[in-house]
Amino acid sequence: MNDPVLHIDSLSVDYGYDDNAVHALRDVSLTLHAGEVLGLAGESGCGKSTLAYAATRLLPPPGVITGGEVTFTSTRDDRSLNLLRASDSELRASRWDDTAIVFQGAMNSLNPVYRVGRQLTDMIATHRPKTSRARSRARAVELMDMVGISPDRLDDYPHQLSGGMRQRVMIAMALALEPQVVIMDEPTTALDVVMQRQIVEQIMELRARAGFSVIFITHDMSLLVELADRIAIMYAGRIVEDAPARDIYSAPRHPYTEGLLSSFPPLHGPRRKLGGIPGSPPDLQALPSGCAFAPRCPVAFDACGHERPDLTATVFGDDEPRRRVACLHHRRPLEDLPAHLRRQ
Amino acid sequence: MKYLLRRAAFYLVTAWAAITLNFFIPRMLPGDPVKALLNQYHGQLSSDATHSLYVLFGLDKQAGLWQQYLEYWGNILHGDFGLSFSFFPTPVSEVISQSLPWTLGLVGLSTVISFVLGTLAGVYAGWRRGSWLDGMLPVSTFFSAVPYFWIALIAIAVFAEGAQLFPASGGWDPALIPSFDGAFIGSVVSHGILPALTIVVSSVAGWILGMRNMMVTVSSEDYVTVAHAKGLKERTVMFGYAARNAVLPNVSNFALSLGFIVSGTLVTEMVFSYPGIGYVLWKAVGSKDYPLMQGVFLIITLSVLVANMIADVVYTMLDPRIRREA
Amino acid sequence: MVTTTVETTPAPARRASSRLLFLKNRKTQVGLAILGFFVLLALVGDLLAPYDPGHTGPDVLRPPSGAHLLGTTNTGQDVLSQLLVGTRGVLVVGLLAGLLATVLSVIVGVTAGFLGGVGDELLSLLANIFLVIPALPLIIIVAGQLPDAGGITVALVISLTGWAWCSRVVRAQTLSLRRRDFVEAARANGESLPRLVFFEILPNLTAVITTSFIGTVIFAILSEITLAFIGVTSISDWNWGTILFFAQNNQALDQGAWWWFVPAGLCIAAVGTALTLINFGIDEFVNPRLRTTGRDAKLLRAKRIRARVGFTPVYRGTDGREGS
Repeated sequence: MNDPVLHIDSLSVDYGYDDNAVHALRDVSLTLHAGEVLGLAGESGCGKSTLAYAATRLLPPPGVITGGEVTFTSTRDDRSLNLLRASDSELRASRWDDTAIVFQGAMNSLNPVYRVGRQLTDMIATHRPKTSRARSRARAVELMDMVGISPDRLDDYPHQLSGGMRQRVMIAMALALEPQVVIMDEPTTALDVVMQRQIVEQIMELRARAGFSVIFITHDMSLLVELADRIAIMYAGRIVEDAPARDIYSAPRHPYTEGLLSSFPPLHGPRRKLGGIPGSPPDLQALPSGCAFAPRCPVAFDACGHERPDLTATVFGDDEPRRRVACLHHRRPLEDLPAHLRRQ
Repeated sequence: MKYLLRRAAFYLVTAWAAITLNFFIPRMLPGDPVKALLNQYHGQLSSDATHSLYVLFGLDKQAGLWQQYLEYWGNILHGDFGLSFSFFPTPVSEVISQSLPWTLGLVGLSTVISFVLGTLAGVYAGWRRGSWLDGMLPVSTFFSAVPYFWIALIAIAVFAEGAQLFPASGGWDPALIPSFDGAFIGSVVSHGILPALTIVVSSVAGWILGMRNMMVTVSSEDYVTVAHAKGLKERTVMFGYAARNAVLPNVSNFALSLGFIVSGTLVTEMVFSYPGIGYVLWKAVGSKDYPLMQGVFLIITLSVLVANMIADVVYTMLDPRIRREA
Repeated sequence: MVTTTVETTPAPARRASSRLLFLKNRKTQVGLAILGFFVLLALVGDLLAPYDPGHTGPDVLRPPSGAHLLGTTNTGQDVLSQLLVGTRGVLVVGLLAGLLATVLSVIVGVTAGFLGGVGDELLSLLANIFLVIPALPLIIIVAGQLPDAGGITVALVISLTGWAWCSRVVRAQTLSLRRRDFVEAARANGESLPRLVFFEILPNLTAVITTSFIGTVIFAILSEITLAFIGVTSISDWNWGTILFFAQNNQALDQGAWWWFVPAGLCIAAVGTALTLINFGIDEFVNPRLRTTGRDAKLLRAKRIRARVGFTPVYRGTDGREGS
């Protein structure tokens, strides 16, 4: 396995500054390895976007980080940066150059009063001040080509572009400085299915060419099928399962993952009854004690109500070294593990 | 382009409305104050002058209303606003043209300074929330709650009478003859400082508040977060991404509030006896000089319309979404 | 597809608990307190006044003393009494003008916002015309040509010239509300137009209408004071502006009689500030981003956290703080 390029260790994030603050993330640990595509999935409000923005310190007020470490380790040189302890200038220098974010390309992500070309290249002037204007312009044209938009649109304003084009501009913008990590926050949510497909293919292609690592955030598990190498599932501000993508699909180890997977019908294979998960995600301000998923879990037992499971190895231990799961079933003997959680 | 044409059409309609309003006001009000005064001056007026005053005030009972209206328009387009009663026999247009430049200078300058200062302060106050600038807000709000003229009175009491720093009234030293030399210009400037200061102090709070609120709103927009994520310098994000977008409502508010601003500055002129339009209006009200009053009102309204048009052009240059609106 | 929870936008009518939150805002409390004080004065001012405001006496131009707490004018009239008696005139005209203007602007604004199309264009044109024409000169012209401009007349004139601003705001808000789902839902349910306007739209306009009303009252008060100061309105009704009118015309400034004109201005400023504070409170209540600024400011200062957009603060509690 490759070296870790972004390591998030026990990150905790609150919304609010007083005692009523909502604990949006609690002790989340996640590692992104060089060259891999890590999918971050979960329902709306589970904290996946919060995780990405907190790790890059872009979470808006009233967000505040209350614990943990986030380390970026460059694969091109010997640099390493602790993002939570860095100074403003260190952080600014690292931003976009090392880690870039593809925001949702909704109307608001682009500055309405600047032309597209300017927004594609203003960070070049900041990070590589010696670049000539001609070179910057050439780079802008390159970027537009990469995402399949005609370079004449460089002189347009954001409101003149369609939704799909804006999203592609966001992708192009993220790649401008050839970053090592690209975080994609629901890049296809606002688009129709056909557009989604195109964008996903574009991302795959760009990644194959440039080799950057990706964190792909989405609530749509079906997208991660082809895209991801690993998948981390989040629920109520914690990671509940973390495993290679193939394994998650064929052999989920957490009841929530199993529920998610059975919620969408496969296009091929025998017809089966559509599952789903009863109930709705918990209110983060009134979390149940013990496992947050227990109220909705079909296989919860007594301990689930008062003991909170940590993210640990599965019950199969060293046989599945790259898998982690946060479920009390995996502390019990293998025989007691429910059938649907112990497929191979 | 189409946007500007629409605005131009609007201003033409408004100008027409203002002129028509001016036509109707003396005819709608009870009493016949003009008749009495006309009788007083009867022997000294030429028949043309008398006739134009009749048209202006609807005293010509023979002509129908529509015909009076047309004649009124004819006069207006020739710049004939009648003769002033209090500056008899000077035509109203002459009185106005002598005092208008003073007002444009004072009001124009003060308003622009106030807007620029207020907007800049608002940018910083909205960007760094909780700083000392936020503490300044109650103070400037207090000042904006006071009528312009009261601040003028205090300013005179403190700076002119008390500390004897600036002159208390007038546009220039009465001992000097108006000319383009250093002494005269210096005198104009020193006479203009207190009135200008009064206007700026009273009006700056509105701009600070408006800009600050918009900055707070815009700072939480996605594109500002994107700008931060790009690692751009703080100055670039604050001005280029946040302020540049936040200022737009302020610019259109500026245009809209020109009417209010002009009103306030008129009173300041009255207090300082500054030889501008406001002072002239005051004198006209005091001496019931109706032709002058109406001429002044018309000129003020038309100037505000012109200023509004300029503000609209500026807004179009700033917001590309309007510019390209097809 | 994964079952995702659909977030329902709650029906935006104000609940009782949030109304209390509005009152808890310090700015609002201060504003209401000051305003309440002046309303009280307006009600009982003439009972409290030690002298008849027009009563002349031998003690001319005396600075504040025991007998005359705010001194006397150049004809021996008691300034304090003038101030107390004048309060009612100021507030009555201000509130009346504000009320009339707001009613007018709501009618025009809601109609324009609701009708759309040509009706909207025409009404907006009307509003814009009144907005652009400078109010004070117009008021001066009209009031100056009226034989005797008393309080009610002044209120009427002010409201006819000052209604345009609010109507724009009301119209904009109505337009955005009209497109909202709950209005469409009500329409689809067959709710009649009057019911729609009164029960769905108007309650959500409360904040906008209140802010506009208060703004108009400020404008009305400043206008009437200014008119009185210039001498355009009747000087037989006492208000703070007439005090200043007499002060100005009798060279109070030159004679250093600060007690004659300073208190009146301070009162105007106090009322204006009180109303503005209430408006701030409403603003903060309506725009939560502004609200958290104030409320959290103390907490942030105590914990030395700098809450900035783009640089999430790191606060590790008692074991040291770093980053900001």
